[in-house]
Order: sequence, then structure tokens, then C-alpha cells
Amino acid sequence: MAKIIKEAGELMRYSAFAILKNALRGNKDWTPAWRKPEPKASYDVIVIGGGGHGLSTAFYLASVHGITNVAVIEKGYLGSGNVGRNTTIVRSNYRLTPNSGFYEKSMELWRELSHSLNYNVMFSPRGVLNLAHTPGQMDTHAERGNQMRLMGVKSELLDRDQVARLNPGLDVSGSARFPIHGGLLQPDAGNARHDAVAWGYARAADQLGVDILENTEVVGFLKDGERIAGVEVRRNGERQEIRADKTGVAVAGNTGRVMKMAGVDRLPIESTVLQAFVSESIKPIIPTVTTFGAGHLYVSQSDKGGLVFGGNIDYYNSYAQRGNLPVWEEVTSELLAMFPAFARLRLLRSWGGVMDMSMDGSPIITTGPLDGMYLNAGWCYGGFKATPASGWCFAHTIANDKAHRLNEAFTLERFKQGNPIDELGAGPTPWYH
Amino acid sequence: MRLTCPYCGERDHQEFTYRGDATAVRPPIDNTSVDDHNSYIFDRANPDGLHRELWNHTSGCRSHLIVERNTVTHEVVSCEPVGPFAEQLK
Amino acid sequence: MSGFRLNLRDGVGTALGEKSINFMFDGKSYQGRDGDTLASALIANGVSIVARSFKYHRPRGIFTAGSEEPNALVTLHSGGRTEPNIRATEVELYEGLVARSQNRWPSVQFDLMAINQLVGKAFSAGFYYKTFMGPARKGHKATQFWWFCELLIRRAAGLGRGTSIPDPDRYGRMNSWCDVLVVGSGAAGLTAAHRAAQAGARVILCEESAQAGGALNSSPDFVEGEPAREWSRQAVVELEALDNVTVLTRTTVQSYFDDNTFLAVERVTDHLAHKDKNLPRQRAWNIRARSAVIATGALERPIVFAGNDRPGVMLADAARRYAVDYGTAPGRAVAVFTNNDTGWLAARDMARAGVIVTAIVDVRTDVDDDIRALGEECRAALHTGSAVTAAKGMRQVSGIVVAKYNEISGEIGSDTKTIACDCVAVSGGWSPAFHLTSQQGGKPSWDAELQAFLPGEPIQRWHGAGAMTGHFGLAKAFVSGQEAAQAALADIGLSANNPSTDAPSIEGDTIDYAPAPILEINAGGKSFVDLQHDVTAEDVRLAHREGFVSVEHLKRYTTLGMATDQGKTSNVTGLAIMAAASNKAIADTGTTRFRPPYTPVALGTLAGEKYGHLAAERLTPMHDIHVELGANMYANGPWLRPETYNQPGETVEQAYIRETKTVRAGVGLVDVSTLGKIDVQGPDAAEFLNRVYTNGFAKLPVGKARYGLMLREDGFLFDDGTTWRFDENQYLMTTTTAGAGRVMEHLEYYRDFVWPDMKVALTSVSDEWAGVAVAGPKAREVLKACVTRGSVGPRALPFMGVKDAVIAGIPVKIARLSFSGELAYEVYCGAHWGQALWHALMDAGEEFGIVPYGLEALSTLRIEKGHVAGPELNGRTTPHDLGLSGMVSSKKNFVGSVLLQRETFSKPGRLQLVAVKSLDGQKIRGGSHLVAGPKSEPGRSQGHTTSTCFSPELGCYISLALLEAGVERHGEAMFAANPVRGTHVAVEVLSHHMVDPKGERMHG
Repeated sequence: MAKIIKEAGELMRYSAFAILKNALRGNKDWTPAWRKPEPKASYDVIVIGGGGHGLSTAFYLASVHGITNVAVIEKGYLGSGNVGRNTTIVRSNYRLTPNSGFYEKSMELWRELSHSLNYNVMFSPRGVLNLAHTPGQMDTHAERGNQMRLMGVKSELLDRDQVARLNPGLDVSGSARFPIHGGLLQPDAGNARHDAVAWGYARAADQLGVDILENTEVVGFLKDGERIAGVEVRRNGERQEIRADKTGVAVAGNTGRVMKMAGVDRLPIESTVLQAFVSESIKPIIPTVTTFGAGHLYVSQSDKGGLVFGGNIDYYNSYAQRGNLPVWEEVTSELLAMFPAFARLRLLRSWGGVMDMSMDGSPIITTGPLDGMYLNAGWCYGGFKATPASGWCFAHTIANDKAHRLNEAFTLERFKQGNPIDELGAGPTPWYH
Repeated sequence: MRLTCPYCGERDHQEFTYRGDATAVRPPIDNTSVDDHNSYIFDRANPDGLHRELWNHTSGCRSHLIVERNTVTHEVVSCEPVGPFAEQLK
Repeated sequence: MSGFRLNLRDGVGTALGEKSINFMFDGKSYQGRDGDTLASALIANGVSIVARSFKYHRPRGIFTAGSEEPNALVTLHSGGRTEPNIRATEVELYEGLVARSQNRWPSVQFDLMAINQLVGKAFSAGFYYKTFMGPARKGHKATQFWWFCELLIRRAAGLGRGTSIPDPDRYGRMNSWCDVLVVGSGAAGLTAAHRAAQAGARVILCEESAQAGGALNSSPDFVEGEPAREWSRQAVVELEALDNVTVLTRTTVQSYFDDNTFLAVERVTDHLAHKDKNLPRQRAWNIRARSAVIATGALERPIVFAGNDRPGVMLADAARRYAVDYGTAPGRAVAVFTNNDTGWLAARDMARAGVIVTAIVDVRTDVDDDIRALGEECRAALHTGSAVTAAKGMRQVSGIVVAKYNEISGEIGSDTKTIACDCVAVSGGWSPAFHLTSQQGGKPSWDAELQAFLPGEPIQRWHGAGAMTGHFGLAKAFVSGQEAAQAALADIGLSANNPSTDAPSIEGDTIDYAPAPILEINAGGKSFVDLQHDVTAEDVRLAHREGFVSVEHLKRYTTLGMATDQGKTSNVTGLAIMAAASNKAIADTGTTRFRPPYTPVALGTLAGEKYGHLAAERLTPMHDIHVELGANMYANGPWLRPETYNQPGETVEQAYIRETKTVRAGVGLVDVSTLGKIDVQGPDAAEFLNRVYTNGFAKLPVGKARYGLMLREDGFLFDDGTTWRFDENQYLMTTTTAGAGRVMEHLEYYRDFVWPDMKVALTSVSDEWAGVAVAGPKAREVLKACVTRGSVGPRALPFMGVKDAVIAGIPVKIARLSFSGELAYEVYCGAHWGQALWHALMDAGEEFGIVPYGLEALSTLRIEKGHVAGPELNGRTTPHDLGLSGMVSSKKNFVGSVLLQRETFSKPGRLQLVAVKSLDGQKIRGGSHLVAGPKSEPGRSQGHTTSTCFSPELGCYISLALLEAGVERHGEAMFAANPVRGTHVAVEVLSHHMVDPKGERMHG
């Protein structure tokens, strides 16, 4: 894989040297990070969705499976979906075996991703800390931490003093409404720079020959009999057909919309909006990703210095990339319950993304449900960390017409068969996951 | 978002609990078809546009409402009472 | 910049009071005036460098006079009140204010990090994506180089410094409603508020700054024959006098949510030297408005040229306002650079206030005589058809370079002239501030005439007015304000009382607000678009070269508009440069959507009353008794509950073992008031229960209780509890503590939506009843000793019997139920009698050695007995998994019955409930996994423990566990692996029925 990229990318390989060389020439020689090609009449594989998962699928199709006659079709600008609107957390601290295996594969890919793509995605293994507020919660954290250890994933159970040393701003007093007893740390989990992941995959896939078609909206599917044979798109106001042997769908919150065009009217997925928040930039104040255990709140600090945080979804079904006020109040009050010293820091911006909430909180990466089609969906609000493994597994599934061992449990049928992968045990209520 | 409860009037959606797609209707109690039950529990149209959904005024009178709402604009088109007392309220 | 205080007189320093105010900046004392902002006071004191930029640490001065300020960020206060990144332009001066500069070392005057400028070209847009990757290595090592670089980058980045000391102040929230919310109190907003109020509408008028009036306050015009500011003050006084109007100053409407819900933030005590402790620092207003008038004005934008970030370069209208409002000259010699008439007006007003305006440079050749006359009034050198190609100076502006400029071709003349000045007042035209409406998704449209984006079509009930909708100037603002009010009144079914009233008459200069379409003078040199983030015009062009041409890519790749000012003064300029690079019209590049809030909001304000009070504590009726008894209370969900009742010197473990032993040998009592309780009544109550429980309830006799299981529709366990039949048509259902709310919602869903024809009423009575469980072989003796009416003998009250009785005069319900496996009773009474009941039971039990026991003992007793609870009902288990198949009726259909029959639930290898006991005396720690191998090679997880304790009965540590095919593996030796807690315990798998498996004790 590295060799292919090396040959393809020698021309504009990114490095400190390239930066200095270009700086001396007034930065005039930089070329587009990816081409803006015209669509071909047909491809071996079309991936619908130019977000993180679609782009990584294209990259692994080309780099691992040698399938380079690939188009990624994106209705807006590249990375305009959830890959560019999340809280950038990367972790594999899961309780259930199908999830821990899959997400640990993702971690493996994350660690080398900047090199694999020749693009600094700023993967920062600063640690993900889940706080516990009762002895019972310490036990459930231990149960998950032990599962991780037995699966070969690093984890540490910290007591209150260790937590306090790690995060000096935390209220670890006994008088806190939900006193902190300790926490579960995945020390090598952390963050990555979200946009860089989209752009890095796009650039690397492009260099391997993948056509990335932005501002190209799928408006229908082509069929040969019952088999999906490509898509009809609208591009520059005009409709055109693009044929493909295989068509993968990786459109997250828009799964319902796109699958309806193919005649799949109902899925075990509902779309909801998740809001995310960022504060003004300040000097480093929290070293790890930290989550509140007596509610739902996750916070970390970006390299720029903003506190990036989020909590629950806005519960109702939604396709709007914006949310409502109750979540603002809930999220900030939980953040301040953990870090009362942050009360005078200020919220800079909030935004919303559309989440494809599945019936068990776990994803779907599968062949089908129609002939010639492949589906990657149900990411809830955990899709970002999955980006590498999702693309890797989806590419494998498309290339081999068969799931990889790592995604064989992520079927569409599991719900009706009674085999949900339900980390929270919340049941078939999408907005509770 | 604001919903109009037939008992309590117009209130913030924060007072209500979302209970999901109201077009998903449970098969009758004597129906023992696994497919029918599976479909009720797991199949969702998830429309972008008008959505018929169930809300409960949990922090108010606890009555259920069937709300028609646009999932793209969040515009609430109608709120109708449902349940044993719905007829009297209409 | 060498600003100074002008001679204050009528029309100069209109915002200032008489009082002198002492304040500190960077450790130095200064004097300002009552009414000053920190910015105006610093300028008046000649302080020019107040901040350093984010990336290059370039020295920066004050650029604006409002909340759009990109440069002048300071840190206020100290300790827990430390407030970083506050815009000096918004801080109202008060006696004793302490501010300091930030993001510099050692000082703002001399900042070592400014070395970043030397490698400026290498720090071009997106450079960090291209480097810092280090050598290609495998696994964890691959990230090491970046990890190292990142630590340094993080330290260099960030603006001000936060604190780890909790904020001692408090925050408030106001829930409010109105007919018409008017945002902005300038000419348009004031008129709209007046008109709506006159029509009888309830009006809330929000003004961001301290003084209502907006642009009227510094306008040179006359309204109805009076100076504009006098007229506006009078208008505000009139509004405030009306009962149906609330005027909120220092209140920024930050966010626009669905159904006309707005979030506004009122700064209540921030500006006061002596803060009333009874007042919140800030207050969040949740406003629901039936209709809204958005009159938020417009923001001036600069023209970009080389060196345009030097202290001394500021927006023209800001310079004008410093002179007029704050009586402060922004410099000793001010040059104006403009592409529109308002720059000339600014020059004239400054000159009238006593500022020396040396030159006016306008890119336009064709300037009206009226406008030229404004320049002549200043006695400034007039350079039309010319441009400023660079600002000179190092630490502050010392002059400008002016060249001839062709506004059509963009050609810059070769002859240049240097004009000495220490302030450049720049105007690139005006951008309407439609941030609120953009948050709601209204798509802005480009107006080529005004060279500005205008708000799109309303999606919700709002109406724009004034400069926000491109109606610039007082005359248009008044008319559009009236029209917007009319439209808002129509929304709510009111009409204006006197709709024909003419707008107020205005005398003043006639100004054309449309600028020439020129926003950059590209003559080489570093010219800044986004001042705070140091995004240059070249960065924008680089983004274009690299294909980041969509407006969102431009923003994300260069970080243009992502600083704390959200690009208020830089967005349009950036778009113009990108459009030029792509040979497109600005209209075709589009603009990004504004995201809420409008300006940064303190997190404490958003949390409001919940800051310091996240959630109410739920206390049982007997709470005070537990505390008096010295119970170890802990937060369990919303409840505070006794963990153990420690005796002096006892550990928690010693205490629960003692309590457990006492129950098994004698008697104990425990507070069970937290259980959920639901009154179920009606002719169909029996059938309803039959449908929601897995086991039969229809035939439960009156006076009996039954343990029941509830499933979700997908066949997994949902909750459990006992239900007692009081009467033919009346039941009391109990649920788990954690399940109380969700079970109620579950039942209501079926009653209302699924089976609305069933005649059944459901009422939550959890809080109405206090409950005490009395357990142990002597439990009956205790009850006998205190029950004064009714018999509790084995025949009168058999196992699962329920009856009414009286204890110490208190009417009670007694149910003979056992969670502990012992002879036991649950005694319920009205919540207000809970303490009396507890005391009566304790008194009666004294002679039998009764002890109170806490949750740990309660749990130990049920673990020994093999009863399931929350940890086993984890949402992933079925009744079959927990050995409760006998509870699943095959004679009826119920919620979950159909899907429970799915094949997968009877497949071998599922996790099944067992117990394990420690073989080597080691403690089985919570969260252990069951494995086959020793510590060195544990192998895969085959199951896990769920509830662990020391069993006094078995004399060893035990645990309930879920184990693959567990039922067939009793007697098997395994290990309970707990690597995160460092234990690895040899265990034996047992049946979970460890104590009295036949139930002789509880049936006795």
C-alpha cells in the first residue's frame, strides 16, 4: 500500500521540506489536494457519500483491493456531513465483543493513518477518561475495562485521586452532586482533526485514481432487472447516468433518503440531530477526553484551544443540521458539574449534524439489501472514530461480496433475528442509544 | 420547538417525551406473527418531511399527542390528543 | 497609535459621565471616565498595543468599537473569576477594574512568540496538515512524533488562560413570553417597538449595549428637530413607561431556535463596581415570541491592504464613535481610507469633534460634490481614485503609502506617496448583521448594488428592519421599522392603532451607502483578512490553488471566520478574494451559515440556575432518621440512600456483613420507599396487567401479591416487581427504583396509544407511600408487637398475602414479600407517616435486636438468595437467561411474547445466570470476567460477574454471574479475572440459588 502511494504521490508529497521549498517560492506551486474530474460513464464501484466513511472506503478499495476504477459521489462539498461536525473523539473502549474487535481495528489504522495518507490527521492519543460516580458504576467500568484488556486493548481503572491528578479542574469533592469515585481510562485513545481525515482520505484516494465527484447529487438508481446497476445524478443542474457493477451507500443521516430512491422504504434506522459545541480558545486546561458518568457529556480540548463538547441527541427525528435550546442547558450544566471552574469560559459556536441512529446503537456494514448494492449505516453518533475501520471493512465487503470477520455481526438482519449489539441495553429505541 | 397540548396549551417541547413514529402500530394482542411484530419494532420510514409521531406531556398532564411535524424544518403542523379521553378533547 | 482625550463639550463624549474612574491594565494604573469602555479608556490613555494575534503573535490594537472586535481580547479579574478573551470594546469601565493582556510572553509590548512571523510563509494555510508526521513507524510509535509536536503546538495556541478555581458567582434564568420581540434598539428597532406597543402588543426590546438607541446615539442628524440622540433618549423613556413593554439593555439576543424561541443574555452585574450578591452575574432569557422584529443593524468591514493589521488601523465608524461618543481621538493624525460615502462622514464627524484628519483616500474617482464637501470641511488632503497600498510602521502605524488606483481594472499606479499618520480609519462598506436569521436557515442573497448579503426569506415568524435588511440611513430605518412592526402585528392578529403615522422627519447629510466593489488592494506584502486568526489574502488564494474553493472548505482550511469574532468583519472580504481568485461573482460563491450564539456566551449563563445545582436530590421520608443514625449516604441515581449504618470503627464491608448476619439470624429493617409505585385501577386493570407482565395476573386473588416480569417488545427483560391486588379493580404495582419513571411511561403508552379502549387508569404514587421492609426470622414477632389492628399470623397473612393493618395508630398496608429470602414483610404507609412508622418498628423490634440495614446488606441478602436486580436486568437478558422461564406464561399473549419466541433466544451458548464462589479466599471484585486460564494466559471472556459480595452464609466471597451455557456448568472451576483491579480469583460455578433454595424460610 505504502509503495503505491509513494509512486502516485511523489510529485506533491507533503513534508516539512516541501513546505519550506514552497514557502521560498511564495507558495505558488501548490496544486489542488484532489482533482475535480468529470464523471466517467461507468465505474467498477460507486460509493455514494463523500464523507469520512465513503472516502475511506474508496481509499481502501484502491489501496488494499486494487480496485481503482471507483467514483465517490457527494451531493455537497466533500466532507460536508458528520465528518466535519463531530467532537473528534477516537476510542475503542467498548463492552461487547463485536464492537471491541471492530473499533480496535480502527485504532490500529488511526495510529498509522497520517503516514498511510501522507496527510497529518493529527491523531492525538491523549487518553479517554469515563468518570464513575457510584461504586456500582466503578464496577460496570471495571467490567468494560476488563473486556478491553482481555481483547488486547489498553485500559486502566483509576481511583478518585488518580483522576484528580489527571484533570486538576475536576470537582472531585465529596460534596459534588454526583461525587466522582474514579474512572476508566483508555490511555491511547484520543482525538483527531476531523476535516483532515476527510481531506487526507480524499487526496490519497484521488492519487490512486479514484474520481471524487463533488456537488453531484444522487437522484435515482439504475437497475438491470432487480440488480442495482449504478446511479442517476444531478450535476450542474443536469441529470446524467453513471453505471457501476457495485454501488455502496455510506450516507449516514441521509440513509433513509437515499435508500428510498432504491425502493427500500423501511430500515431499522431513524435520523436525529446531534448538537456539538466549542468554546473560545484558551491555553491547555484539560489533557484528556473526559466524559461525565451521571449524565451524558463528553469534552476535550482541541489543539487550537477550544473546549469541544457534546451530549445527548435532540430526541426527535430530524434532518435539520441544527438543534434546540434544551440540549444547550443540559450539556453546559453537566459540563460545569464536572468542571465548575469553566463557568466563565464562553461558548463560541454550536452546530448540528444528522445522525443515523440504529435500533441497537451499533452500525450496519453489509452486502445488500439489494443485489449489486452494499450498505454502510447506523453510526449513531460514534461514526468518526470508526472512519478507518468502517472504510476498511466496507471495502472488503464490496470487494469480496462478503463481510470481513470484523463486521460480520453488523448485519441488517440482526435486529429481527434477536441478536442486537446493544452496549447500553437500551433496547430498540434509537434515540436512547 | 413548541407543542400544543390539548389540556395545557402551547408548551416547550422540553416538557414532553418523544415516543417515536406513530405510524408504527402494534399488532393486536392476539396476533402472534413474528414478522408483524418485527416490522412494528424495527421498520421505520424515517421520512425527510412530514412525520407522524407520538409525544407524551410527561412534565405536564401526561397525555399523549400525535404530532405531525416536518423533520426538515421542524414545523409542527398539528397536535392531536390520543388515548381514552381523546374524543372528549377534540 | 497615540490616542488622547479630546476637549469634552456638547456633542463630544456623549456617552461619558463626569466621574473619573481608576482601572488597571497590565499592572499599570490608568484613569478613565464614567461611560468609557475599556477600549476607549485605553485609547484615551495612549495605549496602542493591547493584544497579540493568534498565530504570528503580531502586535494588535483596537479595531472596532463593538462586539465584532477581532483584536482587543483581554483577561479580566483573577482567581475563580478569571475571564479570558473578553473584548475590551465591550467592557464598561468601573472603579477598580483589573484587566491584562494575554497570549504573550513576557509582555504584550515584547512577545518572544512573535518569532513565528519570521517563518510566516511556511505557516501558510493548512501547513500543519502537510508536516509534523515524523518518520513512518509501526503501531503506537507512528504517532510519537506528532504527539511531541502537538504538545508544543497546544501550548503555543490558545488565547487567554482559564482557571481551575470554581467560579463563585451565580447565574439566573428568566422564562418569558411576548407578542413581539424586537432585537436591536436603533432607529428601526425603536420605531418597531413603539408601533407594536401602541397596538397593545406585549413587547420585549433587547439592546446589546448599555444605552438603547443604536446609531442614533452618535448620529449627526436631527430627528423631529432634535439631535438624534436626544430624540432616541426620549423615545426610550416613553417605551420604558409603558406597562406592556420590557426594555432590556446590556442584553444580546444570541440564538434563534425553532418556533420563535430565542436565547438572550443579560449582563446584570458585570459592569458594576459593587455587585449586589442577591443578583446573578448574568441572566439567560428564554424568550418565546409570537413574532419578532430583527433590527440588528450592519457591521462595517475593512478594505484589505498590506500591513492592515498594525495597531492604529481601525474601522472608520469605530474611529468616529471613539471621537463622538467617547470624546477620544483615535490618533494624533488620522487618515481615512474608504470605498464609500460613510468614510467621508466619519472623517467630517471626527474633525468636528476636534480630531486632525490628514487625508481621505477613496478608491472611487467619481465622488459627489456633497460628499467631497464633507472632506473639505475636515481640511484633509483628498485623494480620490487612489488607494492605500500599505500601512507603514512596525509596532504601530506611522504612515500610509498612497497610489493612484483604477477602480475598474484594479490597476495600481506606480507613483506612490507616503502620508504620515498614526491612525488609519478604513471603511469597506457595510455587511448587514443577519446572524440570527441565518441560524434559522434563511438563505442569504447577494445584493450587487449594496455589495452585501441580505437575509433570506423568513422561515419563521420574523420581519427584518433597518440596516439588517439593507435599509441604510435613519430615514429608511424608520420606515422599515414601522413596516416590520405592522407585519409582526399582523402575525398575531393585531393591527396598528394609527398605521398612517408618518415616520419622524430627519435633517442631515444625504449619504449613499453603496460602496465600490473593492475590498482588497493587492500590492504585495502581508495583508490580513481575518485579523484574529492571522489569515492573509495570500492564504485565501493558496486555498484556492489547492482546490479548497467551496466557502465551507475556505473557512475550514484557512480557519477564516472561525476565531472568537466568528469573522464578523472578515467573512465578506474573504469571500470577495476567493471569488476574484475563482473568476466568479460573490453571488455564486455563496456564504457560510452563521452558527449560534451571535457572540460568545459564558457557559455558566447557559447552565443558568443549574450552575451548582445540576439535579435535585431525592430524599425518602425517612431520610433524616438515616442521617441521625449515622448512615453512610450515597447518591444512587437521583436518590440519596443509606449504603450501610456503620458503627464506630467499622468499615463498609464489616458493617454490611454485620447487618446481613443480623437479618439472617434475627431481624432488620430497610427503607424501600424509593421503589416505583403505580396505582392501577379500572374494570380492565386485570387484563391490562395480564398483557404487560409475562406471568398471569388475571387470576390473582384479592389480598394477594405476585412477583411479575415485564419485557420489552423485543423479548428482553425490562423491569420486575410485585403487584398487589387490593380490590376487584384496584392494584398497586411496584417497580424497581431505577425503572419507576420508564415503567410508568411504558404503561401509559400502551394504555393511551395501543389499547385506548381498555378501561384502566394509571397513577404514579411513588411519592405517596413510604415503605419499610422488615426481614428475618423474628420479623413476625416484631410486627406482632406493634400491629394493633389485624393479625399477621401465618394463616392470616400467608406468603404473598397483603392486608390492611394499623401500627402505632398509622394505617398501613402489609405485604408478606421477601427479597432477602427470609421471613419478611413490606409495610407501606402514607409518606408523611414514614418516620413514625420507622420509629414504631424500631421500638417494637428493640427486644428482638432489630437493626436498620442499608443497600449493601439488602444486596448481599438478595445475591445469596439468587434474586435478580438491576445488574442482571441489563437490557440484554431474557427471562430464560436468568432462569425465570417459569415466570413466562404460555397461555396468553403479552408485551414481548411474540419476539421472545425467536430462535436465537433458545440457542445454546447464551449467557445464563449462575453464581460463583471464591475458592482461594480472595475477594471477587466487581466487574470481573470469567475465564478459563490463569492470570498469565486468561483466554477469552466467557462471561462476567454481575453482583458481588461477601456471603456470611457461605463464608466466602460470591457473585452472581452471566456465563455462556452457565446452567450446564455448575461445579466447574474457572477464574474471575479482573485485570484492571489486579485480581485473578479461582472460583467455582454454582447454582445461583445459594441460600435456602427451597424457600422454606420465606414461606415459614
